[in-house]
Amino acid sequence: MDELALKELLYKMADDLLILGHRNSEWTGFGPLLEEDIAFSSMAQDKIGQSYALYSILHTLGEREPDTVAFTRNGNQFHNSIFVELPNGEYDFSLIRHFLYDTAEAFRYEMLSASSYQPLAELSRKIRAELRYHTLHANTWMKQLGSATEESIGRLQKSLDYAIPFALGMFEASPYEKELITTGVFGGEQVLQERWMKKVEEIISQTSLHVPDWKLIQPVFGGREGKHSEFLQPLLDEMSEVFRIDPSAEW
Amino acid sequence: MTITEEDIYTWLEEVKDPEIPVLSLVDLGVITSIKLNDRGVNVEMTPTFVGCPALDMMKSEVLEVLKKRGIENVTIEVTFRKPWTSDLISEKGRQALKKFGLAPPPSREVFADIEVLEHAICPRCNGIDTELKNPFGPTLCRSIHYCNHCKEAFEQFKPL
Repeated sequence: MDELALKELLYKMADDLLILGHRNSEWTGFGPLLEEDIAFSSMAQDKIGQSYALYSILHTLGEREPDTVAFTRNGNQFHNSIFVELPNGEYDFSLIRHFLYDTAEAFRYEMLSASSYQPLAELSRKIRAELRYHTLHANTWMKQLGSATEESIGRLQKSLDYAIPFALGMFEASPYEKELITTGVFGGEQVLQERWMKKVEEIISQTSLHVPDWKLIQPVFGGREGKHSEFLQPLLDEMSEVFRIDPSAEW
Repeated sequence: MTITEEDIYTWLEEVKDPEIPVLSLVDLGVITSIKLNDRGVNVEMTPTFVGCPALDMMKSEVLEVLKKRGIENVTIEVTFRKPWTSDLISEKGRQALKKFGLAPPPSREVFADIEVLEHAICPRCNGIDTELKNPFGPTLCRSIHYCNHCKEAFEQFKPL
């Protein structure tokens, strides 16, 4: 198996989880209602824990310790999609991102549950089960707010239109796409994207929202090769502030 | 006297889930293998949820309990080879949860659809007229519900 291909895959997945996990945690104490505060904080904990498990697999492949990898790299060494680093904005954008991202994650980890790389297949079966709670949460609120008042529908539609080009950036092809597919490690971004689009349409069709015309959308790529928006570096600086002041700090 | 794997399981009943102090790690189902060898014992553990922050504490308590019994050479491996599911909670564990006020998770057979979460059984009055308030709760493994019968909020150990 091509180790470079495998590492590239693990890094981008772990980085997505770490960065979105951190964004989710920014809702702690600020949720529009207590339940949402708890939900986003819990999802943050899940995602950061899952990223740790993926960084741990990378560690067994010779990469540095999970904490070192998470806290000491610069922005251009991160492979997360630009989508997950965007600021939380208001709740409508955070909900839309949560829905679009976790719908993709549910399929990604379902596909990876059959990966030929055993440690990833085992972990994916576990993560896949946990994600059911994330998609349940997202779908419940999408259906509720997506058909509620003029304001909620208008806000969600605006956020959806804004988010979709970034969301498509999640499926930016890896330079190793072919190797990953032929070695059975991962079924590939294209298959994932097609399944994701169908599911997004299915859920949106149960609301008063509409999916923009896919053909007219220009995906925002770059994140997977380390080209990020101006929002990533400040987030990393904040995340690693304590670690940089005292790398041996424990809390 | 020879120590058996059974002995180790019995001793580890002393270690409780730090977030649910009535439930032992053995009854929770997170100890997935115990193997004795010439040098000591090899324990395999798996977390309930991948991001469970209690895992490190559980590991150090396992080490401590075994050390107290004179076993110094203990290796603990955290693995997802045999992933945790809520069906691994023993019958004794389920009873302990209910007594603690936490609804035990429904078995995975009825958990084909996540909608089953909507219908948790109230651990206080056994009422079935309940509502899901939040699939996320005070810890990763709990959801929040409300019982229309006894008019009390309660939590359920999430099926997984």
